[in-house]
Amino acid sequence: MAAHLSYGRVNLNVLREAAIVWDEYLTGPFGLIAQYSLLKEHEVEKMFTLKGSRLPAADVKNIIFFVRPRLELMDIIAENVLSEDRRGPARDFHILFVPRRSLLCEQRLKDLGVLGSFIHREEYSLDLIPFDGDLLSMESEGAFKECYLESDQTSLYHAAKGLMTLQALYGTIPQIFGKGECARQVANMMIRMKREFTGSQNSVFPVFDNLLLLDRNVDLLTPLATQLTYEGLIDEIYGIQNSYVKLPPEKFAPKKQGDGGKDLPTEAKKLQLNSAEELYAEIRDKNFNAVGSVLSKKAKVISAAFEERHNAKTVGEIKQFVSQLPHMQAARGSLANHTSIAELIKDVTTSEDFFDKLTVEQEFMSGIDTDKVNGYIEDCIAQKHSLIKVLRLVCLQSVCNSGLKQKVLDYYKREILQTYGYEHILTLHNLEKAGLLKPQMGGRNNYPTIRKTLRLWMDDVNEQNPTDISYVYSGYAPLSVRLAQLLSRPGWRSIEEVLRILPGPHFEERQPLPTGLQKKRQPGENRVTLIFFLGGVTFAEVAALRFLSQLEDGGTEYVIATTKLMNGATWIESLMEKPV
Amino acid sequence: MRHDTPDATDLLPPTEMSFLVKFLELMNRTKVDEEEYWNSSKFKAFTFDDEDDELSQLKESKRAVNSLRDFVDDDDDDDLERVSWTGEPVGSISWSIKETAGNSGLNHEGREQLKSRNSFSSYAQLPKPTSTYSLSNFFRGRTRLGSFQSLSDALSDTPAKSYAPELGRPKGEFRDYSNDWSPSDTVRRLRKGKVCSLERFRSLQDKLQLLEEAVSMHDGNVITAVLIFLKRTLSKEVLFRELEVRQVALRHLIHFLKEIGDQKLLLDLFRFLDRTEELALSHYREHLSIQDPEKRKEFLKTCIGLPFSVEDSAHIQDHYTLLERQIIIEANDRHLEAAGQTEIFRKHPRKASILNMPLVTTLFYSCFYHYTEPEGTFSSPVNLKKTFKIPDKQYVLTALAARAKLRAWHDVDALFTTKNWLGYTKKRAPIGFHRVVEILHKNSAPVQILQEYVNLVEDMDTKLNLATKFKCHDVVIDTCRDLKDRQQLLAYRSKVDKGSAEEEKIDAILSSTVSRAATPPQPGETDSSQSSIKCIKGYHRVTTQFLSATVTLDLVLDMASSAVNGVTTEPKWLSPRLLEKGANVAGPPGGALTPDCTEHSKL
Repeated sequence: MAAHLSYGRVNLNVLREAAIVWDEYLTGPFGLIAQYSLLKEHEVEKMFTLKGSRLPAADVKNIIFFVRPRLELMDIIAENVLSEDRRGPARDFHILFVPRRSLLCEQRLKDLGVLGSFIHREEYSLDLIPFDGDLLSMESEGAFKECYLESDQTSLYHAAKGLMTLQALYGTIPQIFGKGECARQVANMMIRMKREFTGSQNSVFPVFDNLLLLDRNVDLLTPLATQLTYEGLIDEIYGIQNSYVKLPPEKFAPKKQGDGGKDLPTEAKKLQLNSAEELYAEIRDKNFNAVGSVLSKKAKVISAAFEERHNAKTVGEIKQFVSQLPHMQAARGSLANHTSIAELIKDVTTSEDFFDKLTVEQEFMSGIDTDKVNGYIEDCIAQKHSLIKVLRLVCLQSVCNSGLKQKVLDYYKREILQTYGYEHILTLHNLEKAGLLKPQMGGRNNYPTIRKTLRLWMDDVNEQNPTDISYVYSGYAPLSVRLAQLLSRPGWRSIEEVLRILPGPHFEERQPLPTGLQKKRQPGENRVTLIFFLGGVTFAEVAALRFLSQLEDGGTEYVIATTKLMNGATWIESLMEKPV
Repeated sequence: MRHDTPDATDLLPPTEMSFLVKFLELMNRTKVDEEEYWNSSKFKAFTFDDEDDELSQLKESKRAVNSLRDFVDDDDDDDLERVSWTGEPVGSISWSIKETAGNSGLNHEGREQLKSRNSFSSYAQLPKPTSTYSLSNFFRGRTRLGSFQSLSDALSDTPAKSYAPELGRPKGEFRDYSNDWSPSDTVRRLRKGKVCSLERFRSLQDKLQLLEEAVSMHDGNVITAVLIFLKRTLSKEVLFRELEVRQVALRHLIHFLKEIGDQKLLLDLFRFLDRTEELALSHYREHLSIQDPEKRKEFLKTCIGLPFSVEDSAHIQDHYTLLERQIIIEANDRHLEAAGQTEIFRKHPRKASILNMPLVTTLFYSCFYHYTEPEGTFSSPVNLKKTFKIPDKQYVLTALAARAKLRAWHDVDALFTTKNWLGYTKKRAPIGFHRVVEILHKNSAPVQILQEYVNLVEDMDTKLNLATKFKCHDVVIDTCRDLKDRQQLLAYRSKVDKGSAEEEKIDAILSSTVSRAATPPQPGETDSSQSSIKCIKGYHRVTTQFLSATVTLDLVLDMASSAVNGVTTEPKWLSPRLLEKGANVAGPPGGALTPDCTEHSKL
C-alpha cells in the first residue's frame, strides 16, 4: 500500500491501521472473494477470530468486527469492547454486518452499553457468492430453519434481492416457474420490487430464459439419501466448506526414499476443489464407481506424456517437451491428490457399515419395508452411532412412507430419547414441524404414486456412462431435478396430479420484455434456466443438473443458485436444538 | 461512467468487493481529518429511546445528516477513489475469481484450455457476444472492460428514484423534523438502516399501519424493529390481540422472543393464543440453560404437569425421574470413590460424572459399577430396568457391553443362560448371537470365549463369516467340514500357521474325505460363503456393483499411484486374474506402464 503515505504528513508508526475481528463462520465465504493479501494492502494489520473475553493485543487504531447479525455474537463483541476500553489507548470500533445490518443486534449492543462505541455500523450485503461457473450460493446456514420452522421470511427477502441483482446484470428473466410456498413468496417479492423500480428499463439482453424457484420442502427426500457422486461423497465424508475440504494428512505424505512414516504431517491437508482444476471438473459429478477408470486413464496419459521425452531427438522437440513440463507436473499433482482422496473414500465406501446403510436407504427409496421398524436403524441406535445418522435414516423412512405409523414413530422416538437423552424431544419436534418426521395422516402413503409417476427409482442404472440422472444416487433420481427436467420437457401439465400431492402451490409468472430484447431462437439452441433452491441444495443435485445440461438433446442448460450448499448431515444438524 | 443518482443501488446494494474496499478506505481517511469529522459522528442510527427530549433528538438528527452527507460525498467521488493504492483498479477482484469461478478467469486471456462445460460462458452461446457476462463479473470492478460489469453500472442509466429521497437530496433530510414521514416512508428508511424514529406514531392505527407496511416488505429485520417498538409501547393485551389476526407478524414476534430469551412474554403469548403444546415445549426448553443439577431437577418437576402429548408427558416424567436418580447415584458414588475402599472404583476410576447422561448410558454405568446390587437400591441395573421399562433387548445389550468391558465372562455367560424347569440349561440371546460376538470382540474377548458364542450363531453363512473374521479356526474348519466345502477348506489352509494344530486338522479332514470329494463342488457353493448378502431386489444389484467396483478401483488406484509416485519396479498389479476382471481399465500387459516420473528432472 501506501507509497503515498510513507512520505506524507501521517506518521505510520503512530497510526497502525486496522485489525479485523472475524466471525469465524464468515472467513470461509470471504475467502472466496477476498484474500488476506488484498486486505493487507488496505492496511489491515491483524486478523483475529471473534472469541470471548478480551482481544489479543494489537497495536492498531481501528478495530473492525465482521459478523453475522446474531445475538450471541453481539454479547461477545460487547465483552471485547468493554475489556478493550479498560485496557488503554482509545480505539475506534466499527462493525460490519454480513449480509445484513440488524436492528435487533444493535438493540442488543445498546442494551449492553456499547452501541455508542461504534463509529461505523454498516452492512456488507453479500447476497449470492459464486462457487463455480454455474453455481451460486447465499451460504445462509439457517435459511431452511428460518423459512420452514420459524416462518421468518428474511432469507427469502435476500434471495429475492439476489435475484434482482442477477437480473440487473443478466437481463430480466421472461418466465418464472415455481413450486412451493416459499417459491410463491419469492416470486411475489420479485414482482413487487420490480414494480417499485419501474423507472428503469433494464436494457440488458436476457441471458436466462426461465427461472425455476423450488422449495426444499417439496423434495425433502433427496438430501437425506447418501450422495454417491465423487464430490457428493467428499462432502458426505469430510464436509466441503466454501469449496475447501480438510482431509486426513496421512495419504498425502510425500513418499520419498521409502522410509516414510517417521514424520507424518499432523495437520489436516486442506485442498480447494473447483472446476479450475481440469481433472476435478471431469470427475466431480461422476458416480464414485466411475471415478477409478478416469483416474487410471489419466495416469496412462500422463505417463505416456512423460515417455515422450525419449522420442524427442532434435533440440526443437526437446524444447517443446520442456515447455509442456509445468502443465504436466500440475496434472500429475492433481492426479496424485485425487488418487489419495479416492483411496480415502474407498476405505469408507467398502466398509460393511456403509454398505448396510446404503442398502437400507435404497430399500426405503424403492418402497421396500418402509412401514415397519427397521433392524439396521435399531442396531445403529443400540450401538450409539451418531444421532445425526440415525435421525437421517428415520426421516428418510418417514418421507418414503408419507409419514410413519404412529406405533413405529413412537418406538423410534423412545429408543432415541433413551439412548441419546430426553432433551432431544425438542429436536424431534423440530423435525416434525419441518415435515421430516411425522405420523402418517389418514393412513395413506402417497410416496409410491410420486415415485412411479416421476420415475424416481430406476432399476437399470448405468454408473459408468449414465443415461439418466438417477446415476447420482445409484438408482434414485432426485425428485427436485426430475421436476426441473419435466418442466423443460414436456411441461408440468403432464404431472398435475403429482404436483397437487407435493406441498405448496405451483405457478407460472411472466415478465414481459420490450420487443428489442426478445430472443429469436435458433433451431437447436438451448434454453438457459436459472434454478433456485430455497432451503439448500446438495452436490448430487448439482451434478444431476449438470448432467442434464450436457445432454446432446437436452434442450436446457442450468445455472444453479441456492440459499446453502448442504448435505443431509448439515441439514439435520441445522434443525437440532442446541443446548444453550 | 458517472451517475447522477448514487442511490440507484439502494434497491440492489453493491455486492462487489468495492464496497469492502470503500469501507476500508473510509476508515483510512479517518486519520486525515479525524478532528473535524469523526468526533462529531457518533450518531445513533436508530433510536430506541423515547426518553430523548425533542432537542436532543434534533441534535442527533443533525449530526446524522452531516455524517450522511459524508457518505454521499464518498459515493460521488468514488470514480477517483477506484484506482488507488496499488494503481490497480480497486474494484477489480478478478484475481480471486480465477481461483473460485473455475476458468472464467481465462475468458480474456486464452480459451485453449477452456474445455470445461461448467464455464458460464459456454451457456452464453447466444447470437449476441454475451460471453463476458460470466457470473464472476458479479464481483468484478467496473473499470475492467468498459461495458457494465458491476451492478451500479448496470443501473447507471436509471433516472432518479423518488422512493429514496434522502441521498443526493440532503434537503429531504429536514423533513425528518416535521414528522411527516408516512408509515411506508419510514419502513423504507428502516429497511436501509437509516436514521428513523418511530416515536411519532402514537395512535394504535398508525402503529398497525406501520406494522402492515413492514410485513408487506417481507424484511424480517424491519418487521422485528417495528415489533420491538410495538412491544414497548402497547399493552400486552392489545399487542397479542392485534397480532393474533396478523400471522406473519405473530410468527416473527415468537421468533424474536425466543431469540432474546424473553421467556415470560413468550409463555404469556402462547397462553393467550391457546397453543398449549408449544407452551409446554417452550417452557421445557428452558431447562437447557440451567446448569445446577438440583435446580434443573426442580425445574423439570414444574414441567411434568404441562400439556404435552401423552407420549411426550411420559418422556418428560422419565427425564425428571432419571435426573433425580442420577443426583442420588452421583453423590453416593463420589463419596465411595473418594473413600477409596471400593475395589471397582479403585480399579476403574470414573471418567466423568453421571449427571445429565442419557438413560442408556446410566444403565451402562450401573451395570459397570453396581451390577450385583439388589433390586431395592436406586443404582441397581434391575431397578433402572423396571423403573424406566427398558426393553429386554436394550437391557441385555447394555449389560453385555458393560460386563464384557470388565472382562467378567462369567456374568456374560449368565446373561444368556436360561434354565428350564427340568434343570437343563440353554443359551438364548434376545439380540442374536452374532451381535453378542461382535460386542465381545470389540471388548477383545479371548478366542475361547468368542468361539463359544460364534458356535451359537444359527445361520451357517453368518457363522462362517464371523469365525473367519475373528480367526476362530476351529469353528471355520468344523463348519466347512459340516458343509462339505472342500474348496473353502483348502483356501483356509493358507490362512492358518504352518505346522499348527489347525493345519493338521485341516489336512486330516481333507485326506479323509478325498474319496468323497470326487463330486466337484457346485459352482454356486463357493460364492455363497463369500458374503452373507441377501439377494433381495435392490440389494443384489448394489452389492455386485460395489464389489466389482472395489476390484476395479483397487487395480486402478494401484496403477494411478504407481504412475504418480514414479515407481519403476515390476508392475506388480498386473496379476492375470485382475487383468481379466478389470480388462476395461487395465493397460497393456507386460509393464508398458512404467512411468519414470522422477527422471524428467535430469532433462
